[in-house]
Amino acid sequence: MNMPFYVSPEQLMKDRADFARKGIARGRSVVVLAYDGGIAFATENPSRALHKISEIYDRIAFAAVGKYNEFENLRVAGVRYADMRGYSYDRSDVTARGLANAYAQTLGTVFITESKPLEVEIVVAEVGADAADDQIYRLTYDGTVADEHGFVVMGGQAEQLGRRVKEGWRADLTLGEALRLAVAALGSGDGSSSRTIEAAQLEVAVLERDRPRRAFRRLTRQVLADLLADGAEAPSDDAKPDPEAAGEGETAPGAALDEAAVDEIIDETTTDVTATDETTEETATDESPTEESPTEEKPDEGPEASGPTSGTDH
Amino acid sequence: MDFLAEHAPDRLPGNRTMPAGVTDPATLSPHATTIVALTFDGGVLLAGDRRATAGPMIASRSIEKVFPADEYSAVGIAGSAGIGLELVRLFQLELEHYEKIEGSLLSLTGKANRLATMLRGNLAMAMQGLAVVPLFAGYDLDKDTGRIFSYDATGGRYEEHEHHGVGSGSIFARGALKKLWRRGMDAEAAVQVAVEALYDAADDDSATGGPDTVRGIYPVVATVSVDGYQRIEDAEIARAAEQIVAQRRERGSIA
Repeated sequence: MNMPFYVSPEQLMKDRADFARKGIARGRSVVVLAYDGGIAFATENPSRALHKISEIYDRIAFAAVGKYNEFENLRVAGVRYADMRGYSYDRSDVTARGLANAYAQTLGTVFITESKPLEVEIVVAEVGADAADDQIYRLTYDGTVADEHGFVVMGGQAEQLGRRVKEGWRADLTLGEALRLAVAALGSGDGSSSRTIEAAQLEVAVLERDRPRRAFRRLTRQVLADLLADGAEAPSDDAKPDPEAAGEGETAPGAALDEAAVDEIIDETTTDVTATDETTEETATDESPTEESPTEEKPDEGPEASGPTSGTDH
Repeated sequence: MDFLAEHAPDRLPGNRTMPAGVTDPATLSPHATTIVALTFDGGVLLAGDRRATAGPMIASRSIEKVFPADEYSAVGIAGSAGIGLELVRLFQLELEHYEKIEGSLLSLTGKANRLATMLRGNLAMAMQGLAVVPLFAGYDLDKDTGRIFSYDATGGRYEEHEHHGVGSGSIFARGALKKLWRRGMDAEAAVQVAVEALYDAADDDSATGGPDTVRGIYPVVATVSVDGYQRIEDAEIARAAEQIVAQRRERGSIA
């Protein structure tokens, strides 16, 4: 019979938080930023089929960093929550706030009760009738909800990238300007050297305020390339200060584990044909991220796989 | 729907129990009538009149019975209106839910089969007189063609070719469609044909509403093509209806 060592709650929480933070910082960043016609999402993601950014409901989108299987579970739970609400009541009764609360409950419960916290950080964004009604919620691994304004950078070197976005962001950016800013920030990730990310390596989506019902739209290939190329002027820097924008991401260069996990389930060629996509003829491009090291973690290990769905309150 | 069945079974239309023998169930909900569908070059069209009846009474003059199921398909309902509208709502939700979860659209046959399963779930109610008969039309992105599916109350699914109609006025509408439908019509000609078929249905069936020029109520006509679902403007329907009336007046027939 062995006695467990006493671990103080402070230490326990700190260990869990450190663990989650490390996992999140290993992945690639996601930038969410408001522009004059809605909210834009951008991340570096060579996969056409496995998304980090997706639609939840008419005016609500979801973006996540961290372990793919964990945030995919959360995404599915979110879509179910939203569809169930919308069907029971009315489409207008589904709000980002309600969804963020449900996610916060799940994340918080898993952080406390499960053997391992979820290594994810998510953004739930809703585009409103005008810019003042836009809502961006950022949720961290422990269930903390932050109501953000303007922009959010999470995952990877979030702090560093957040500073970069903060310098260039203003409320009246056009879509092209916003995307160029986001992509420039994503490319500045590895410290001093900044690189240019090809349109094919990006996953970009927008919540467009003026679209009638479902505001979510993915920007792919030509549309995206055109937007990124349009006028190479640097965005002016009348930046709006936002102390919360830079997250607690650690700089841990190297392996992006979520990508590696993603690759193992990529063999089914799911073509990306959401109803709103203009480019229906595109086939799933296979990517080969060579630098990733699928080390300690398997994509579907651990008891937390069922955690988010069962934890979410429907 | 499976999710709903597991977590909130009482919300599914088929799982409600009827109060025992209080009234004739058929009088509980107004009856929705004629829907027609026809293919044209590059897509398919679905149209429905605007009347709902409760026995001999007109329950509604402006009910809408044709809906987008998703971006590339449309569904129209005949039969018990309350159940039909809920069926459509659930069907729309289900297609959207699938699309969001899977990140891709369900195939057209997949959608049609899903609707059949949902109808079968309503069989108990249909036996008590609350039957719904939908007509489903969509653009098949794999085959690049418009397709029509009809159903019976037990969930039987039948693919129709060229044109079809359901509901009380469908006998007359189908007769008209048989004469008016031509291969290689464009969307505009198809709208004309659909409005004329509904006009004929309304002419002979008391439960089908014709174009109401006084109130400005016209049939709902929607096309589904590679560009997606598109509802035709009322103004265009009004023009088509006027043309038909003018033609008939000119013909001078009194029968």
